[in-house]
Amino acid sequence: MKKIFLMVASALLLSFSLPDANMILDKVDKNMSSKNRIFESEMIIHGRRTSRTITSISYSAGNKQSFTEYLSPPREQGTKMLKLDNQLWIYSPSTDRIIQISGHMLRQSVMGSDLSYEDMMDDRKLTEIYSAKVTGNETIDGRNTYILELVAKVEDVAYHSQKIWVDTERFVPLRQEMFAKSGQLLKQTTLSDVKQVQGRWFPMRMVYKDVLKEGSGTEFRITSAKFDQVIPEYIFSKAALKQ
Amino acid sequence: MLAFKLAFKNLMGAGLRTWLNVSVLSLAFVIILFYNGMIDGWNRQSRRDTIEWETGKGQFWLPEYDRYDAYTIKDAHSPLSEEIQAEVKKKTLAPVLIAQATAFPQGRMQGVILRGVDPEQTVLKLPASALAASGDTDYAIIGKRMAETAKLGVGDRLLIRWRDKNGTFDAREIQIASIFKCDVPMVDKGQIYLRLDVLQKMMGMENEATLLVAGSGFGNKTLQNWEFKDTGFLLSDIDKIIQTKKGGGSIIEGLLLIIALIAIFDTQVLSIFRRQKEIGTYIALGMTRTEVVGIFTVEGAAHSILATLLGAVYGIPFFLLLGNVGISMKAAQMTDIPISETIYPYYSLSLILVTIILVVISATIVSYLPARRISKMKPTDALKGKLQ
Repeated sequence: MKKIFLMVASALLLSFSLPDANMILDKVDKNMSSKNRIFESEMIIHGRRTSRTITSISYSAGNKQSFTEYLSPPREQGTKMLKLDNQLWIYSPSTDRIIQISGHMLRQSVMGSDLSYEDMMDDRKLTEIYSAKVTGNETIDGRNTYILELVAKVEDVAYHSQKIWVDTERFVPLRQEMFAKSGQLLKQTTLSDVKQVQGRWFPMRMVYKDVLKEGSGTEFRITSAKFDQVIPEYIFSKAALKQ
Repeated sequence: MLAFKLAFKNLMGAGLRTWLNVSVLSLAFVIILFYNGMIDGWNRQSRRDTIEWETGKGQFWLPEYDRYDAYTIKDAHSPLSEEIQAEVKKKTLAPVLIAQATAFPQGRMQGVILRGVDPEQTVLKLPASALAASGDTDYAIIGKRMAETAKLGVGDRLLIRWRDKNGTFDAREIQIASIFKCDVPMVDKGQIYLRLDVLQKMMGMENEATLLVAGSGFGNKTLQNWEFKDTGFLLSDIDKIIQTKKGGGSIIEGLLLIIALIAIFDTQVLSIFRRQKEIGTYIALGMTRTEVVGIFTVEGAAHSILATLLGAVYGIPFFLLLGNVGISMKAAQMTDIPISETIYPYYSLSLILVTIILVVISATIVSYLPARRISKMKPTDALKGKLQ
């Protein structure tokens, strides 16, 4: 009887000591989302034998518009990608043609990485698509984190559930696991090198891993991040792809 | 009749020259028959296999569906009406649900097509009954090609990932219940067959299908919201391949025939040149020029009759042997063309007759062309053997 009382009491205590999950998610969204952003980044794709580094500059406004230009290596240089709502176009300088990516091609990996075009396109706020609950605490690389379990509250979501580890002070996710409806773990993301940029905490290094696939994953390093800038409207037009 | 008698007498008299011409022409005749017989045999086999394994006696498609456009798969699904369900029970219709997925054999990524089929269907030759096993495991059947590319065997487990109708990822392991051998690559390559109800549940598309395959007992009924595609349409790809192959083959056949015909032409020119006195004698004896031209034309054309007979002497045993042993096509099986491991040539009566007519007519034409010169000859000069 005493034991049961103690267990119930400790469970209640734990639930009272944990903050509200939606509040945490809201803070995460505030750090991770912005009106618009300009990133210069390096994507390191680890293959079976070698690794490739692709540098790019990307402009994004909200979660509807995004424009990326690949800067190196020479083979990818000049390749541009435009996303408007649910549509995606790619311009390849070698063929001088614009191709629309849709249907199952959106599920293909981007430049052989562990990211699909769809992964890059789906950047809605977590609070909009998931119901969250805090399930515990854990320390990652010396940082205290809240463990949040997210379950989709809308139907059109890529991952039915997620588990994220959020830094208790900076409210930045340090680890993210995406699950299938069956509960099968599909993808893992590790976020690190958290820096303060224009008053917000932001992870400058992310490692994406498709756990169903062999390989060491894809590393995404942000070399320059600017938020809430003035981005000319023409950037988000098909005409910009051929410029 | 006299022309025929003279023609054969002269041909036999020419000895080796005649037999060389006849041999070359008979070779062309046999090769034309062999190649076309092989193509026809392949055509019959691939059509039969495609009907048995893939198309049935026709299919019903939704207007959104296009087999050449993978983008259409996502939206092409519709509930099965009571009328359709009654036909499914009668086993005259086989519903198929199609979905795209990714398989992860040995940690590799491979794009696959999931096809949901009724384990009790008998419309297609597919051994779907292997999917009937109950339990917690989701069983799948795959073709030999798919098994080889994904390095899978019976009893192996395979992780697949797909997106349901809302676009939400799901993943689970399936177990290979059976591996079938099929000569139609579209049925095999990159295809995984699951129970229809299992795939419907996985996709969140209960009681829905992408297409309906009609069996022989279905008749000519129409189904609301579904478009019927007959076998002519469904097999049009095979027809195009066969036409292309026949076109390519006809170039080689044509070249071979031309070589044989040039030899006959050459012989005719030489005959007319060397036998001017004979021509003059015929005319002096009262034959008209046209009759003499006829004798020489028949003589040339008789090469083709002898070639047909000679071709039959060695061609019939050769074709009978091929009909029993077949022609190995293992290398071609790696392509996307429906072709069996061994092709059995098919020689139809029409093929044989058309080939004989082709050889006889072309030999007659090339025999006639040099013989026309006779009509311009002066009989007196011809009798003297003067060059004209």
